[in-house]
Amino acid sequence: MDNTIIISITDREGNEKQYEAPTDMNMNVMELCKSYELPVEGTCGGMALCASCHVYVLSEHELNEPSEDELAMLDSAFFVKDNSRLGCQIRLKDSLDGLRLALAPVSG
Amino acid sequence: MHQDQAETDIIIIGAGPVGLFAVFEAGLPKLRCHLIDVLPQAGGQLTEIYPKKPIYDIPGYPSVLAGDLVQNLLQQIAPFKPEFSLGHRAESVAKCEDGRWKVITDRGLELVAPVIFIAGGLGCFEPRKPPLENIGQYEDKGIEYFVRDPEIFRNKRVVIAGGGDSALDWTIYLAEVASELVLIHRRTEFRGALDSVEKVQHLAASGRIRLVTNAQVTGLHGDGHLDGLDVLHDTDGSFRIDTDYFVPLFGLTPKLGPIGDWGLGVDSNAVRVNTFDYATDVPGIFAIGDINTYPGKLKLILCGFHEATLACQSAFKIVHPDKKLSFKYTTVTGIEGMPS
Repeated sequence: MDNTIIISITDREGNEKQYEAPTDMNMNVMELCKSYELPVEGTCGGMALCASCHVYVLSEHELNEPSEDELAMLDSAFFVKDNSRLGCQIRLKDSLDGLRLALAPVSG
Repeated sequence: MHQDQAETDIIIIGAGPVGLFAVFEAGLPKLRCHLIDVLPQAGGQLTEIYPKKPIYDIPGYPSVLAGDLVQNLLQQIAPFKPEFSLGHRAESVAKCEDGRWKVITDRGLELVAPVIFIAGGLGCFEPRKPPLENIGQYEDKGIEYFVRDPEIFRNKRVVIAGGGDSALDWTIYLAEVASELVLIHRRTEFRGALDSVEKVQHLAASGRIRLVTNAQVTGLHGDGHLDGLDVLHDTDGSFRIDTDYFVPLFGLTPKLGPIGDWGLGVDSNAVRVNTFDYATDVPGIFAIGDINTYPGKLKLILCGFHEATLACQSAFKIVHPDKKLSFKYTTVTGIEGMPS
């Protein structure tokens, strides 16, 4: 289908599922998770201020570089690994077809 | 009345844009408002987080900086002389004998009014707590999320964790106060002011503090009071640090806060309201702006303005049950005290 990619997301119980994601609606991964009612709060609305959309990137896709704001946020988040990103800062685009992500644990 | 007590018509919890505009809509039918906010200045996240960001969806403003919008709102409501209690966190709510509500803040202020508007936005900004199983049992017993009084650390062993400006600044400050100071950071690089980073590295090089990077705290120990931490280093494995205090400084995160315990209907960190007048399940308490939820809710400032306006109509009926509210356009009546 045009303007639709498939993104695989592993929830916090370890279940992996594939989701159709539109690439023509200016959406990000946090918004995608919320639209499928995955347990992602997205408290700050996508301003890289809360880390409630913290995900691990499991596949080798090339993503946009994290901004200073995102890095600063990840610095004060927990359960952070080398492949950590904030879902709200990953814009859905055609080149991300097949992207595999896992939701990071929720923390304070 | 005692100086820590005040009466008003509407207690507004949260002095963000929606709380501020509620003062205007309440002021038209001459309802008095008293605003409380945990932050030290009005404007909520617009002032605290993104004052220099342009907002594009305020009707009539093709673009307005968040900080400017707040200043404009303050000017717009000035004629109604709202009271502000800033730096106060609304802690509890109780029903008075006469049916009005009493809100008590963490600093002991008591406000009484027939109506409460909760305009709390994202909620209260609270310290982000490390995910350590037994952290709750050491709070105030060796764990401090803020440095309120540096003197409590005098001649004590202190461990600070974090990599931002506050971790660096307090490391520099407490290096002179504590008997031993350790700074633990998950990475090698620090994301703070360069000057602070250099000072911390200098303190570490001179042996004044101990700097442990690429490591995180994984466990807490102590019988009653904290006396030690487990630290896991990326390559060196796990070791223990004996300490009197642990100060995790990982910034603030918005939490619903005490309002979550007020017996209001809550859905995923937001207060449930109806869309007739944005009343909660509890008569006399309304929730407006980002803190509320209802089918179709959009977290937009302009939607909050609308919610505040409708809530004020019902608030009037509660404050003045015997009076009839007649709706008037501001173009007809003008605003007393506002230059025309």
